[in-house]
Amino acid sequence: MPAEATAINMAARASIWLKPHRIVLILIALALVLCAAFFMRWDWLPQYWEMGLMGIWRALWILAVTCALGFALAVPLGLAQAGGPIWFSAPAKVFCTVIRGTPLLLQLWLLYYGLGSIFPQYPWIRESWLWPYLRQAWPYAVVALTFSFAGYEGEVMRGAFAGVPRGQLEAARAFGMSRWKIFRRIWLPQAFYRALPTLTGETVLQLKSTPLVATISVIDIFAVSSKVRQDTYLTYEPLLLLALIYMTITGILVFVFSRIEARIPVKIG
Amino acid sequence: MKRRTTLDSNPGAKLIDAFLPASAAGIFELLSPVAPGWGATLLVGLLHSLEIAIGATCLGLLIGTAGAFGKLYGGPVTRDLLAVYTTVVRAVPELVLILLLYYAGTDLINQVLAAMGYSRVDISGLAAGIFVLGFVQGAYSTEVIRGAILAIPQGQIEAARAYGMPPGLMLRRITIPAMLPFAIPGLANLWLIATKDTALLAVVGFFELTLATRQAAGVTKAYLLFYVAAGVLYLAVTLFSNLIIGRVEAWSRRGMPSVKEAR
Repeated sequence: MPAEATAINMAARASIWLKPHRIVLILIALALVLCAAFFMRWDWLPQYWEMGLMGIWRALWILAVTCALGFALAVPLGLAQAGGPIWFSAPAKVFCTVIRGTPLLLQLWLLYYGLGSIFPQYPWIRESWLWPYLRQAWPYAVVALTFSFAGYEGEVMRGAFAGVPRGQLEAARAFGMSRWKIFRRIWLPQAFYRALPTLTGETVLQLKSTPLVATISVIDIFAVSSKVRQDTYLTYEPLLLLALIYMTITGILVFVFSRIEARIPVKIG
Repeated sequence: MKRRTTLDSNPGAKLIDAFLPASAAGIFELLSPVAPGWGATLLVGLLHSLEIAIGATCLGLLIGTAGAFGKLYGGPVTRDLLAVYTTVVRAVPELVLILLLYYAGTDLINQVLAAMGYSRVDISGLAAGIFVLGFVQGAYSTEVIRGAILAIPQGQIEAARAYGMPPGLMLRRITIPAMLPFAIPGLANLWLIATKDTALLAVVGFFELTLATRQAAGVTKAYLLFYVAAGVLYLAVTLFSNLIIGRVEAWSRRGMPSVKEAR
């Protein structure tokens, strides 16, 4: 019976959603897609799809690494601003303000062209083990995107840390928990649950910032589409496909995060 | 670069060297607004950035107001189309949208002109930039304004209808003043995003602050100096905006009970 019940349920939901005007709109959209498929040029796809997959992989990799590192940096930034002494909170606030007040493209170019032009002047940097990495573009991209994520998310974490009710922390202290244990068991988890809904939005924003790394010669999916445009002199086809790819990734991200959010207890103290 | 051999032992001098490589000019000479300096270039770039940001925000507000009313009070087709607009624009990176709209927009206008028998025109970068960023901003402000209108106590709008106000008068006297306190934080955020998104137009070759900085840095090789200077300019715009926004927010909340006192 349950299978039948879910089938009926789904049919009912579909009939609510599929109204006559929507069917017409979907048909128009399908016609547009078919027009694009038949009347535009797609013969370059077989030649570039492998490169495109590499580009998507690289963009996702940058996204995952910078979000993880950025969040790890955002926790101390938020903590310092929410409850730290002034010599911690003031630098954290300045960092967040500067990151949020200047364009990411400028930060990226500042790191890549600015720092990149200084490093070679120091012989000890050129001789160190870091030099092979510092000569490439991706470390600068990762650092810039990490700082950007940390700056925005640090502000969110500040609000989240400050929003945990005092009673919770006082109760933890009354239990005789050490400061580190209070942070690990009470303060951080509750702040994290508070920040989780905004984390989805921040991650999508971060995904939408990744194409900027193409401007400092990291070959992500955006750079691949630029290369296709240069090679084939096509304007729209690579860009439309690129937009579709980003929309798909965004959709998957939002879906995954909504699943994670559904597992988290809703009640926030 | 020639000086490096003589100054190798002095790290402080080398740091200054990094700011000012290979030129005898000082920081102030490089940044001065008179001819050999690049200050005027940066300021012109900043002016172009601000022009685009203001234009795009105004266009975005128009689109956003229309979009919010369409989403709330429009027919089923209007609502679905607007949902597609806001979803697509917010899911695709601004850089991709800018490229797509920049080429598609100028192409479309020229084709329409050709069909009507006129010759092709060069669309100015300023107009194209305002159109592209305004289109993107419109999607975000649609959502902000829609949320703000929903936050108005419904009784106020019903009362206005009961008085027999025509829709235009109701918009001007009731809806907009009542929604402003809810909309201004979101719209202020959008303004700050707009000032920073103008930097993306550097990628399509529009001369604004970031591209001006890149040119100045490329010619003088003082990369760090010019990028830091541009960062300071952007930051100044943000901080100044924050001051104004605080005033405007307080003004829009006039007569409302303070949230702090209620606690």
